[in-house]
Amino acid sequence: MAETLLDVAGLTITPADSGAPVVDGVSLTMAPGERVGLIGESGSGKSLTALSIMGLLPEELSAAGSVTLAGFDGNVLEASERRLARMRSDLVSMVFQEPMSALNPLMRVGDQIAEVLRLHGGVPRAEIPARVRDLLVSVHMPDPDGARFAYPHQLSGGQRQRVMLAIALANSPRLLICDEPTTALDVTVQKHMLDLISERVDAVGAGLLFITHDLAVVAGLCDRVIVMHGGRIVETGSVAEVFTDPQHAYTRGLLASSDLEATDENGRLFTLRTAGEYAGPGGTERSDPLSRFAPPPPGGATDRPVTASARAVVRRAQSAPEGGDPDPLSDPDPLIEVAGVSKLYRSGGLLFRRRRPVQALESIDLSVARGQRLGIVGESGSGKSTLLSILAGLDTPTTGHVRVGDITVESASAADLKTLREHLQIVFQDPFASLDPRMRIADIVAEPLIAKGIGREEREARVEEMLRAVDLEPATMRRYPHQFSGGQRQRISIARALVSRPQILVADEPVSALDVSVRAQVLNLLSDLVDDYALTLVFVSHDLGVVRHLCSDVVVMKDGRIVEAGTTEGVYAHPREEYTRSLIAATPNLAEALAGAR
Amino acid sequence: MLAYILGRFVQFLLSLFVASVIVFALMSVLPGNAAQVALGTNATPEAVAALEARYGLDEPPIVRYLDWVGGMVQGDFGTSYVTGTQITPVIVDSVQVTAIIVVTAIVLAVAIAVPLGTFAALEQRNWVGATISALSQIGIAIPNFLAAILLVMVFSLTLGWFPSQGWTAPIEGFGDFLAGLVLPVVALALVQAAILTRYVRSAVLDVMREDFIRTARAKGLTRTRALFAHGLRNAAIPVITVAGVQLATLLVGAVVIEQIFVLPGIGSELVRAVANRDLLTVQGIVMVLIVLVLIINFIVDLLYPVVDPRLRNAA
Repeated sequence: MAETLLDVAGLTITPADSGAPVVDGVSLTMAPGERVGLIGESGSGKSLTALSIMGLLPEELSAAGSVTLAGFDGNVLEASERRLARMRSDLVSMVFQEPMSALNPLMRVGDQIAEVLRLHGGVPRAEIPARVRDLLVSVHMPDPDGARFAYPHQLSGGQRQRVMLAIALANSPRLLICDEPTTALDVTVQKHMLDLISERVDAVGAGLLFITHDLAVVAGLCDRVIVMHGGRIVETGSVAEVFTDPQHAYTRGLLASSDLEATDENGRLFTLRTAGEYAGPGGTERSDPLSRFAPPPPGGATDRPVTASARAVVRRAQSAPEGGDPDPLSDPDPLIEVAGVSKLYRSGGLLFRRRRPVQALESIDLSVARGQRLGIVGESGSGKSTLLSILAGLDTPTTGHVRVGDITVESASAADLKTLREHLQIVFQDPFASLDPRMRIADIVAEPLIAKGIGREEREARVEEMLRAVDLEPATMRRYPHQFSGGQRQRISIARALVSRPQILVADEPVSALDVSVRAQVLNLLSDLVDDYALTLVFVSHDLGVVRHLCSDVVVMKDGRIVEAGTTEGVYAHPREEYTRSLIAATPNLAEALAGAR
Repeated sequence: MLAYILGRFVQFLLSLFVASVIVFALMSVLPGNAAQVALGTNATPEAVAALEARYGLDEPPIVRYLDWVGGMVQGDFGTSYVTGTQITPVIVDSVQVTAIIVVTAIVLAVAIAVPLGTFAALEQRNWVGATISALSQIGIAIPNFLAAILLVMVFSLTLGWFPSQGWTAPIEGFGDFLAGLVLPVVALALVQAAILTRYVRSAVLDVMREDFIRTARAKGLTRTRALFAHGLRNAAIPVITVAGVQLATLLVGAVVIEQIFVLPGIGSELVRAVANRDLLTVQGIVMVLIVLVLIINFIVDLLYPVVDPRLRNAA
């Protein structure tokens, strides 16, 4: 057998206080210079495996088994902190997921790079400043001379991740571990970052262990993949083998649910449950794109277990007496109209501070017809969240008009805003932060009804119905948010949004924090509910694949402006703007990545 | 940065103005005529009127307020209606005593709490950390007057190392001055150190969980060195906030200790003035205390951007 760079044997990680291992008998080897993708969803144990290789496992976890590295004498799991410290970044380095918090906020970037050079003593003191500059140049940092003196908060997420990479590779380690290094970045930035990692790893001749849940990213970057599930390795093989002929049911499910272009005969995304019918990336005949936006099949007799109850709820809801009420959002067409909206933020507050206005939105025109599914796509800072806030009456535009139904949002009275919020509900991005941790699920979902002044008994009945509709056991309604997984919490958020039977659902990146398999479930659920409740959907996302699957029309935003708008298929097939083209090109695509890898 | 300092300074001046109005108004609406109070119940109306005229008490409130503030700006707190003496020297003398005790106490408290709290955080999983936590818990529970009495019993009455009371000015004998300072300062510092230790411990624990500490360890620093190189400065901000509040509280809170050790501090003067119904002196002392507290807050505000670059050009 050839020389091994890394050998992990029988790695088992157990929390100190309970018996069930979170990583169970993981064994893997890597050859020098090899690039391996470690795939799995949150909780699969992939990050813990990586931390064990670095000897950085949190204290409350204990590890058994062995981890040996070429150039390190003995078992990493049993070595002293002092020996491990000498090894780290000399033999193995790591780039972490969160660029915002991974650098010391109180220290200049150049000093943080210099520190790693000083620590391992490979570079003479006098040459350190020059070497820091070289490293910044090597990661293609714009303005490397200025960047040395910048603090992390003065850099963008992508730039910080470049700094992290410069630090990680400063001492030319033999192995680089990347733990979801691009998950928090915009797609175009992600593309550059992945190219950069590939380039730099080649330049220093290091092996790469790349951890991610994004299969398309791995396909373009790695030679070999290892799939983890529930703390075990379920499958391993070359990229082509695993992605085209997956052996394990979980791998197949993961592949199927991450492919937003493949749908089953009902136009729904594959989930872990339905993955059996999946034919592989790019392998399915694309179903007629329009069929996805067609109304649900009449009679609803098709096999859709999740929403059978949801549809029943709706039918009851629609025949309920409420339908007889005068509808405040009745019929002016289009349902939502945004005209010439601009938003100017003034920074500064106190007396002598200089004010620098920030143009968050610039003359936005937009209209959404009843029942339309509009996707708003853009990178961070493009103004899409500001636009949502204005739409929901949470913020006011500096100039321009927003009309939702017959409510003029920017000058709405408190009573009008209350009506607006009954009919326009929002699902937020972060399922962990947007639910009050001290409230029970039943109370969280019931809140919009309390605001509406609905009596206790009806409230409870509707909460229960709604929880069923989002596929949660009503028996769980006495629990607190922390007892649910991310996907479940997002379903709770959706239940809360829909319980007051709104006409418009506004979703702000509702699936970007979720694992791919969960993402498919939530997207299917959202799609079904939009159909069943006859909702108008405004869906904000940075993920073009998601928007493409879910929305009939799309608006592309950049720097506070709408640069392109049209039907989703039209914009994807024939993007007019350079920016839209670059967004589409940067989105990782499994089929293309595989084709490129072959 | 300059704009930030100026902004804070303007805030400081505004707070000062508002405080002076409130203090003046409160003292003015207190029942009882100051001249009547000063002369006693037996005084004739003529005598009261004469005293009022002498001290300008018959002027309209706005004039009296401006007089008072104008005097203070020039360092003149006026003449006590009760004792007929100048108030300024009393305040100047007593403020020095209190400032020396309180500042020394807080410096000592920080010097004890920072290493102890850091150590408790690093050793949180074994008996050392647990012992430090338990001791600081006990320290918080002990009121400082009890600590003072215990210290006097042990170190003054039993061992005879330090005097149990009294104040010696440094020029009268520096050794005596230091010896007299020890027990009151320690009594104040122990309790504050116990409180501060808990804050330092939790601030350090929070910082140790930060991603950048993990990054520092991934760079090749040991856990302890990562804490010293990257953690402590990040833990400083909450600690500065708490120490600032403690210092401000001590200025007034030292009154108990000043009474126990018979120290001529500002707290003792305040108690005496209140007992004598010496309104103008009370007014002056309260104003001085407010100014000191505002200055402490001003300094704390200026320290934040020094520690944290993110606050330097905070928009």
